[in-house]
Amino acid sequence: MIVDNLIDWFPTSAAWPGLTFIVAVILCAVPVFIFIAVYALVAIYGELKISSFIQDKVGPMGQGVGLHAWRWGLLQPVADALKLILKEDIIPSSADKKLFILAPFIVFIGAFIAFSALPFSQTLIIADMNIGIFYILAVSSLGVIGIILAGWSSNNKWSLYGAMRSAAQIVSYEIPAALSIVVVIMLTSTMSMQGIIQYQSGLVWGFLPNWLLFNNPFTFLAFFIFFISGVAECNRTPFDIPEAESELVAGAFTEYSGMRYAFFFLSEYANMFVVSGVAATAFMGGWQSPIPGMFNTPGWGLFWFISKSMFLIFMMIWFRWTFPRLRVDQLMDVCWKGFIPISLFNIFGVGIWYLLIG
Amino acid sequence: MENIAFGLIVAITLGSALMVVMTQQLLYSAIALLFTLFGVAGLYIFMWADFMAGVQIVIYIGGILVLLIFGIMLTNKISSVNISHTSLQRRVGAVITLGVLGFLIPMITNTSWLQLSSEEPAQTADSIGRLLMMEYLLPFEVASLLLLGALIGAAMLSRNTN
Repeated sequence: MIVDNLIDWFPTSAAWPGLTFIVAVILCAVPVFIFIAVYALVAIYGELKISSFIQDKVGPMGQGVGLHAWRWGLLQPVADALKLILKEDIIPSSADKKLFILAPFIVFIGAFIAFSALPFSQTLIIADMNIGIFYILAVSSLGVIGIILAGWSSNNKWSLYGAMRSAAQIVSYEIPAALSIVVVIMLTSTMSMQGIIQYQSGLVWGFLPNWLLFNNPFTFLAFFIFFISGVAECNRTPFDIPEAESELVAGAFTEYSGMRYAFFFLSEYANMFVVSGVAATAFMGGWQSPIPGMFNTPGWGLFWFISKSMFLIFMMIWFRWTFPRLRVDQLMDVCWKGFIPISLFNIFGVGIWYLLIG
Repeated sequence: MENIAFGLIVAITLGSALMVVMTQQLLYSAIALLFTLFGVAGLYIFMWADFMAGVQIVIYIGGILVLLIFGIMLTNKISSVNISHTSLQRRVGAVITLGVLGFLIPMITNTSWLQLSSEEPAQTADSIGRLLMMEYLLPFEVASLLLLGALIGAAMLSRNTN
């Protein structure tokens, strides 16, 4: 939508098609990058504070507004980011230099280009594709290759173990996530992100908003399967065996430092937002207001979408600081013996629901 | 505008395809293949086949390429001897390639290619689904049976015999 609008704004530039192209690309890509960076700072601050409250600590206090007087530590993530930028960029001498440099970019691109299909509000979406939700599922598989490359090119046994675990985990958990999305597509009969959201307007059961989360028992189940698989795809606790500080140092990212490490970090947080954004879109009505018929302007839409996504990110942070890490075999059991049968049953059930109840 | 995007995608596809063939390191070839497959997905989009482009990325990049890289990674350590692949008999190869090209160029220029409309179709995945579920249901089911057989076979092979 935005790309089309942008091209419409430059009607006279037919002589300069190259310029239009470059301007359109920059105007779409730069705000997304800035959004990811700002959101990552917020999420890191949230992670620090929420983890502290969960563990009965106070968290960062010394940085930012009023320093010790006003004890919020608001500038802690900024300090963290500056620290990462200023740190020495180390490339191990025995590493495969080219792939070592390439890997963080592939991981980041996988997370970054998924943003182009996220519907931030009724009008704010970079491209409302026909295959929007499928596109996001597809490009998020790019990250695996980056992680494998990072692990292999570091020439370090922890990195390699971490990469193998990560790849096995992401490839496995993609299946229940995709099968849960199939449930959504069956009901809404569209793959366009805006189409899925428009389906979820109005009321269901008399008082609840008609979000797919509340629509019927099968979509209710599908939401949880999708969300938990999403957490696993982001390699976050309780599914963080690829990083597992206590056994693998930092998994695939052991040898990375400075900005290159920051890019992995940024991609993890960007991936969290993509998963939460897709879950919010597919199951929680995206930019639809929780009170049907009220607060439904595009500005409110942006507010609702961001709040729903941030709520889900808050859930992920909550998971991280309350659950212990799963073992490798437990992780695979959960996916292959738990989630996949349930999501297949879901598809069956939602088909019958659709036939009988509609 | 479209021409520039198309040119970029073609350049990425062809350039990385050349890399796949030219580079000596097997893993570099695999990574170059990533960009080639991505470029092909881009070409599908230019034919209004966005669903096919998505499938291309999911299956070829998310599945087959990951499997390929897994295989290379587990057999090839940086410190050990490199698994490299060189080209043998370049002269004969060049002659054969040029010969094939000599056939292909007249064929490409003489074929009356199907011209796609410049209007975006409203639904692209719809017709694929309809055809698969109605007209080609039997081949579709046979293909899924084949995949099921492969799945059971893999489970059998990797099963602990005790």
